[in-house]
Amino acid sequence: MKIDISKLSYSYNGKKDVFRNVSFSMHAGEIISIIGPNGIGKTTLLNCIMKLITPTSGEIWIEGKDMMSMSYQEVAQAISFVPQSIIPSFDYSVLEYVVTGCAPRLGVFERPKEKHYALAKDAIEQMEITHLIHKPYTKLSGGELQLVSIARAITQQAKIILMDEPTSHLDYGNQIKVLRLIKKMVNKGYGIILTTHNPDHALLLQGKVAAFDRNGDFHFGECNQILNEDLLHLIYGIPLHLLRDEEVNRVVCVAPNL
Amino acid sequence: MKNNAYRQHFILLSILLIAFFFFSLSNGRYSNNPMDVVGVVWNKLIGKPQDNSVMETIIFHIRLPRITASILVGAMLSLSGAVYQGVFRNPLVSPDLLGVSAGASVGAAASILLGYGMLERQMLAFSGGLLAVWITTRIPKAFKNNSNMMLVLSGIIVGGFLCSLLGIMKFIAEEQTELSSIVFWQMGSMSNISKNELISISPVFILCSIALILLSWRINILSFGEIESKTLGINIKRIRGIVIICASLLTASAVSISGTIGWIGLIIPHLGRLTVGTDHTKLLPITLLMGSLFMLVIDTAARALTSVEIPLSILTGLIGAPIYGYLLFKQKANIL
Repeated sequence: MKIDISKLSYSYNGKKDVFRNVSFSMHAGEIISIIGPNGIGKTTLLNCIMKLITPTSGEIWIEGKDMMSMSYQEVAQAISFVPQSIIPSFDYSVLEYVVTGCAPRLGVFERPKEKHYALAKDAIEQMEITHLIHKPYTKLSGGELQLVSIARAITQQAKIILMDEPTSHLDYGNQIKVLRLIKKMVNKGYGIILTTHNPDHALLLQGKVAAFDRNGDFHFGECNQILNEDLLHLIYGIPLHLLRDEEVNRVVCVAPNL
Repeated sequence: MKNNAYRQHFILLSILLIAFFFFSLSNGRYSNNPMDVVGVVWNKLIGKPQDNSVMETIIFHIRLPRITASILVGAMLSLSGAVYQGVFRNPLVSPDLLGVSAGASVGAAASILLGYGMLERQMLAFSGGLLAVWITTRIPKAFKNNSNMMLVLSGIIVGGFLCSLLGIMKFIAEEQTELSSIVFWQMGSMSNISKNELISISPVFILCSIALILLSWRINILSFGEIESKTLGINIKRIRGIVIICASLLTASAVSISGTIGWIGLIIPHLGRLTVGTDHTKLLPITLLMGSLFMLVIDTAARALTSVEIPLSILTGLIGAPIYGYLLFKQKANIL
């Protein structure tokens, strides 16, 4: 599975550009962390790749097919989406919710069968939330809901998963847990594109970084090659430090003393 | 909700409905012994001449069409209510609130004023209902505000306007004939429904109910909202369009034969959700049965309790409003 994005731009009503001239490629088994200041268009870019909105110009190719010529169903078979937050409507049980991930592979009048429920249960198990399986998803905490949402993306069996700020509603422990889980999924062969406000998450995940700086310019490359203090300053407008810590054996991103 | 529990509820409701069907068939101002009724029905089935022809007429020409109408109308209104609540992901909407009933009423009243027959009345009620729900769902889009509250407010706007249109029609209607039939019809009644009317709405009932039940799992996904539906690969415009049209056709056909009957499309889906949960594959069949049973009980009470007919909307309001209050109290955590 391969996604190619070429010269993508998006602007509201053709006036102000949200982002412009974004190009990159990704394969299944890779991870891309999208970082950038507030309001620069990280979520908008994800929405374009999910076909939720139409880019103003540029192209997105999935396995060599132009996304604009694909139906929602075809896109959903290739890419699944974990939104920043889900707003529950009615009190479906976690299992009933997760099994809807099978929808792109079912006919219009078809309903999930035993094997689809088995897939859903398996995904719920992978997220280690089996104890919640019959609980109404309206009664879950933000962190639990995030895991349920990822379980549904796994049930969807798409090779590429987009995650919009998967750690934003989580406490620090759960943030790290989710990042570990994402890393594990990448090792299993999923391609994951996620947005994050924490550059240290990109360092933890390694892989590739897609960065918008404050001028709206787009930078793309291997995390350990392009993510340096200069780029961080360009992105966040404050001096940030990259230090190699021997104890945790990695480069960490820290802010200077206030 | 386990499948077994759902099956039990389904069977229990079916048995209740059949039992009440015979109870209703054998009760009325000309009350009959249930055993005699079974005898008359049996004779009819095997083609034997009847010993009691008065009773035959009452059962087959008066009560049976009326009971069938109650069952159909109850099923149609509550099924469409459940579907609207799911698609608009809003437990506060109902055919009344979306303006479908009011739109259908305006269409039907116009046909009474124009002196049209039954077929035209149905067509006008259909068009009125569909037009109303279309406008109601457009207003939040025009305001770029897709909240639950906006949809409810939009329904109030459309409903209020249509009520005034209906008022104008009542004002210019001829008092003795047209006005009384509009007013009577507005309060809801099963008393003047002919076999032909039943035959003409049955295809709508059968086709739309089947379509909705076949699509019920997709309605689960629609109830997650537009973005989630798209990311799950649903062609939202097409599926939601089909579902809304089916639900509106059901409401409009019910209104076109029985007049407006409030509350049922709002409370029965809530009752269904309390019984089998939110999964529409289970909720829709249960709601359909519950609605039929509820309407049949109400209409039997309306015709058999007192010597004069009680308009249905009065009874559904008297019973429905407190029930709805109770249901909201029980579900308070899940609203808004």
